[in-house]
Formats: sequence, C-alpha cells, structure tokens
Amino acid sequence: MRRIAALTRNPVAIALVAALAVAGCRSKQQVPNSAADLGLGAGAGVGGAGGLGGAAGAPGSRQEFTVAIGDRIFFDTDSSVIRADAQATLARQAQWLNQYPSYSITIEGHADERGTREYNLALGARRAAAARDFLASQGVNASRIRTISYGKERPVAVCDDISCWSQNRRAVTVLSGAGS
Amino acid sequence: MQNFLRATLAIASLAVGLVALTLAPARALVEIDVNRGVVEPVPIAITDFLSGGAHGAQISSVIAADLRRSGLFAPIDQAAFIEKISNPDAAPRFEDWKVINAQAIVTGRVTQEPGGRLKTEFRLWDTYAGTQLVGEQFFAEERNWRRIAHIIADRIYEQFTGEKGYFDSRIVYVDESGPRDNRVKRLALMDQDGANPKYLTDGRAIVLTPRFSPERQEITYMSYESGQPQVYLLQIETGQRELVGNFPGMTFAPRFNPTGDKIIMSLLREDGNSNIFAMDLRTRTTQRLTDTNAIDTSPSYSPDGSQVVFTSDRGGRAQIYAMGADGSNPRRISFGDGTYSTPVWSPRGDLIAFTKQSGNEFQIGVMRTDGSGERILSSGFLQEGPTWSPNGRVIMFFRQEAGSAGPKLYSIDLTGRNEQQIPTPNFASDPAWSPLLK
Repeated sequence: MRRIAALTRNPVAIALVAALAVAGCRSKQQVPNSAADLGLGAGAGVGGAGGLGGAAGAPGSRQEFTVAIGDRIFFDTDSSVIRADAQATLARQAQWLNQYPSYSITIEGHADERGTREYNLALGARRAAAARDFLASQGVNASRIRTISYGKERPVAVCDDISCWSQNRRAVTVLSGAGS
Repeated sequence: MQNFLRATLAIASLAVGLVALTLAPARALVEIDVNRGVVEPVPIAITDFLSGGAHGAQISSVIAADLRRSGLFAPIDQAAFIEKISNPDAAPRFEDWKVINAQAIVTGRVTQEPGGRLKTEFRLWDTYAGTQLVGEQFFAEERNWRRIAHIIADRIYEQFTGEKGYFDSRIVYVDESGPRDNRVKRLALMDQDGANPKYLTDGRAIVLTPRFSPERQEITYMSYESGQPQVYLLQIETGQRELVGNFPGMTFAPRFNPTGDKIIMSLLREDGNSNIFAMDLRTRTTQRLTDTNAIDTSPSYSPDGSQVVFTSDRGGRAQIYAMGADGSNPRRISFGDGTYSTPVWSPRGDLIAFTKQSGNEFQIGVMRTDGSGERILSSGFLQEGPTWSPNGRVIMFFRQEAGSAGPKLYSIDLTGRNEQQIPTPNFASDPAWSPLLK
C-alpha cells in the first residue's frame, strides 16, 4: 500500500495511471454506467471521455475525480478485501482528496444480488468500511468520510450473470462539500 | 376491525329444526395428515350461500379458492352439482352428492341485518356419514365479508386436519416498481390470498424487511428515509411511525419477540461488522447479544422466546447459528454444502426455515431446530426470505426468475409439492405473514 502511495505522489505517474484507468474502465465494463450515475452532465459518459483535458474535467473538479481518478472499486464475491486494482484506485482517491481538502465524501458500499437481503446490507457496510479505512490509512481525515450501505438495492448493471454482478460488488466514493 | 363481531353458536341452538338430523357430532370420515401431505386432495362441494345479493356466491368462491390453494382440498365444479340447495337448514340429499364423489358439502346463507350487518350461517356436512360436522353463524360489517369467508375456510381446514387454519391472515411485503437499477419500494399490506392490497408508505425512501408484531397492529421495518438506513416501528391503523432506538450507525434486520414487546435487530459497528441487539420497546433499554468480528444478522426468536437463531459468517461464510435469548451458548447448526441465511423459527417451534445458496441456485428449506433433517422445498435462480403461515404448515417467500424484470411472491407447503404464486399488482419481495387475525 505504501509503495503505491509513494508512486502516485509523482504527478507524471498519476496522469499515466489515470489514463490507463479510463481506458481499462471502458474496455472492461460491458454495461457502462449512466452519465447521471457518474455525476456528469448528459452526453459526457465514460465512453465519451476524450482524455484528461476534456470530459475528465478541470483539476479539482468532480468530473476529474469521477473520470480521471476513478470513483469506484470492485470486490470479489462475498468479500470485502481491497484487491490490488482497488488499492491503486483508492490511493489515487486519497492523493486527490488530500490535495483538495474542502471535499468531504460518502462511501457507498454495495453488494451484488447473489446474496440474501440482510446479509448483503451487512456486506455492503463492511465494504464501505474497508474503503474508508484504506483512505484513512492514506492520510484522509476520517472526519471527512461518511459511509452508507445499499446492500443489493442499487445495482448499476442489471443483467443476470457475472458480467453485471462483478460491477455491482462495489464501493463508490461520492463527493460532497463545496470543493475549491 | 373494531366493529367486527364473531358469534359462534352451538350446533343445536343454530339448528333448532335440525335436531333430529344432527345426532352426535361426527368426525370426518376422511382425515388429512398434514405431515404427509395428501396425494389426493379431498373432493368437497362448496355450494353458493343463499343470499339476496352477491355476497352468497362471493363468499363461497373465496372459501373454495382458499381450500384449493392449500392443496388439501379439491372443490368440485359447481356445474356437476345435482341437488340445488334451497334450504340450507335442512340436510342435503346425500345420495346426490355421493354420485359426484363429494366427501363433504358446505352450505350456507347470508342475510342483511337491520343496520347493515351481514349475518352468515354455514354448515359442513359429511356425505358418507350423513351428518352435520359444523354449524356456525357470524355477524360482521358488510365490508368484512371476505374475512367471514376466510374464517369459514379455516373452520373447514381445522375440521379435516385437526390443526388451526391460516386463511384469516394478512401479508405485509415490499411492492416494487420502476427499473431494476432505480427501484421504488413501498410497504404494502394485503390479505393472504392477495385481496385488498393497500400501501403503507409512499415510495420516497427505500423500505425493506417488514415484520408483523405477534400481538398488535404494528410492523417493524427498515427504511432509508433519514438518509441512514434504520429500523422503524409503524402503527398500521394510525400510520404513526417512530425510529426504534437512537443508534449511531445502520440498524437493520428487525423482528419482534413472541410477546411483541422487544425488537431484535442488527447494529452496524464502527469497524464494519454487525452484531445483534435486542431492544425493549417499553423501557427503551438495549441488550447486546453478540460481540464478534463478523456479520451477525437476521435474528429470529423461538416461539417460547428462549432461543434465537441468526445468520453469521464468523466461521468464514454465512451459516445459521442458535443461541440463548441472552446471547449464551452460541452454536452453529447448519452444516450442509453451501451458505445458509435468513433463518426463521416456525410458530409451532419444531422447524427453522432458511435460504440456502448452493451451486448457482437459491433454495428454500427447513431443518429441525438442532440443524438435523434438512429438507429443500424449492429451488430457483434467486429466491429468499421465507415467512411462516400462522399454523406453521406453509412458507411464503419471493423468487426472481433469471432474465425477469422483478420478483414475485410464492407459497409452498411443507411437503414441497404445492407451490402457488400469490397475486400482487406489481413485483413483490420481503413477505411477512401475520398471525391469525383477532
């Protein structure tokens, strides 16, 4: 974890990782999230991102956080362990949040539908807490972080196979507060 | 239901003119063993109750539907009837009913009383013994005519099985509308057969897992209305709502104790794990029942209140555990292949219903209270959330088929042979069965 954090303090490395993340996001997600879900205006979804300077948004903007930094991480089935790819995303989030301290955040923990309702509420909560603890370990003040579990109540992808379930097992970092 | 009055009179006093015909109350010739299920449902003739209006035929039709859905009875098509009942106080011509193989005959009369109340008389006859088995009359507000039909169906069920019925009961559940990624969820209440649906919340906040009080017209459920998901208490008659407890984090998975004065639920800890607490609704004191670095949820009391079953992943994956109602002696009771959750203790005390995930399927099953004797009743792509009928003979749950747009409610009896879909206006989930109405 520490090594990733050190790496991402280098601005060049941040830009590279972010660009890869956008590309990777586009190719991996069979069902793109809606623009509204990403907090973007109409027509500016992930697929339309032209690069860091365009739809990725200005430095310090919500668009930059959502698109360039990456606002969500994914989990394995019935697990709240932060995977290596998720560690990289959270490290970028932490670095960005430390750079823009006027934002506070809500981490939404979600589960896929392949579990029973009450257990999945608890699982979503545990995922949100794991993401919170990781951000806190990267220097984000815990007082800026609120968590909420949605269990399996708010899937982003709605098919009945693993291509959707793997996208729904997630923790999403939602910005609140004024920004700067 | 305040104006609802039930009068049950002895056979002789109701049927003065029939004294000669009703000698000793006879037992039904055909007795149903509910434990084995019946291979052949009992053929029964349910005649239209004599009536000046529509209620006579309506009541007969609701009785027939209840009995048919139980899987234990086969109401005979009225077109096959030979005798037309013109005097429900007199014995039917049993020979006419033997011809169409009716083991029993139901007759009755509905009369409008001065003041608007309905008086409903009914008789159950044993065709082969040639005797009257039951004779009762009921008084009710006209709008409660369906309840009269359900009560009569319960009487017939009880006469044949020797067990209490479950037809005069209601279901609270979550009505689902809108797209799957932005569902609107509302609490809804209906009769157990799907009639009289009524909404209890407006859909502005996600609501989940409603459960009936065993004693009062109250429901506990979980709602996102404050922004933080928390457990609430709702008075059905007044619509009054209140937050249960004042906890810093998420509270969820609520359920009443058997006397209705406590709510047991999960409370999220700061570290992301969830533990089980019981809250006394009168003193507002809480008692911690588990303290583990695990997910402990879905608690359910035994009917005598002495034990609690719950889901925990303390062993690595979700399994069912039991403990004393004070948290003592926790022990794992599910050991099959797969994960187990949503345990619910039967109102009879003998079984625990659960959801099991095994392979790519979700299954509804029952086990004895020590975990032995597991039986799977139903399997499907996604189904969960069992709830018991008041007599502990039928389980309702919800199921979503692969590729479908949403879940529906189903019931299945303990033999696993009689599965029925419950009609709901929209998609439906999280059913909870009420006790028998009072």
